[in-house]
Amino acid sequence: MTFTNNLFYFLSFVAVLSALMVVLSKNPVHSVLYLIITFFAIAGHYVLLNAQFLAAVHVIVYAGAIMVLFLYVIMLLNLNHESETHKSTLMKLAATISAGLLLVVLIGSIRGSEQMMIQPQQVEVGSVKDMGRVLFKEFLLPFEISSVLLLVAMIGAVMLGKNEEEGKNAS
Amino acid sequence: MKTAQGIPLDYYLWLSAALFTIGVLGVLFRRNAIVIFMCIELMLNAVNLLLVAFSNYYSDASGQVFVFFIMAVAAAEVAVGLAILMLMYRNTKTTDINILNRLKW
Repeated sequence: MTFTNNLFYFLSFVAVLSALMVVLSKNPVHSVLYLIITFFAIAGHYVLLNAQFLAAVHVIVYAGAIMVLFLYVIMLLNLNHESETHKSTLMKLAATISAGLLLVVLIGSIRGSEQMMIQPQQVEVGSVKDMGRVLFKEFLLPFEISSVLLLVAMIGAVMLGKNEEEGKNAS
Repeated sequence: MKTAQGIPLDYYLWLSAALFTIGVLGVLFRRNAIVIFMCIELMLNAVNLLLVAFSNYYSDASGQVFVFFIMAVAAAEVAVGLAILMLMYRNTKTTDINILNRLKW
């Protein structure tokens, strides 16, 4: 139990610290790299929560696919310099205060909600077997619809990325 | 008030609240549209983590299936969003969101 607690503290520390560095680092490429560290820490949390399937999918989808997409776009736009414009100090202060107020509201709403929860019996969920059973029995229709969503997103991305000049010449 | 691994559920609530707040802070703090996108991903991940924690706590696999769908939607969102960003960059030569406040080129 002590080991899992220590692991939880370590992963939380890494996740929060690198999430802060995503916001604070000047270079967008560094932001992406810190975000990858955050995603790996969250994947570690999933393993800690006994959701091995989701941990694997999280690493594949986020660290593998989405972050490569981000890096690719940054490379394509040639944004890896630090000449980015920043908001004024007043705006940054206002943003920090607003975010801090949101944190206060969230913690205030979380505190005092403990007595509403009941402790149910513990059974194992989260393995590939259990996930597959739930996914393909109760959630079969949403699963199929999400494939249509991905297809639509792919077509949309291709249509948006197409060069407009070529389209005009063709028509 | 403990998950199956002996860690109190409150800790996950606080961690998710902190991560979500950092995501909101990033959206308010930065002007680069790509970094704002990354902060939106951070907020989605905070919610995902909380869903998995509650799913573990209540021993209900539906929460994890929900996270699975959120990941699919996030992947679609990033693909379309980055395509829009590319289009915006092609027209304005910048990813500064303050350029976009006129809603025209």
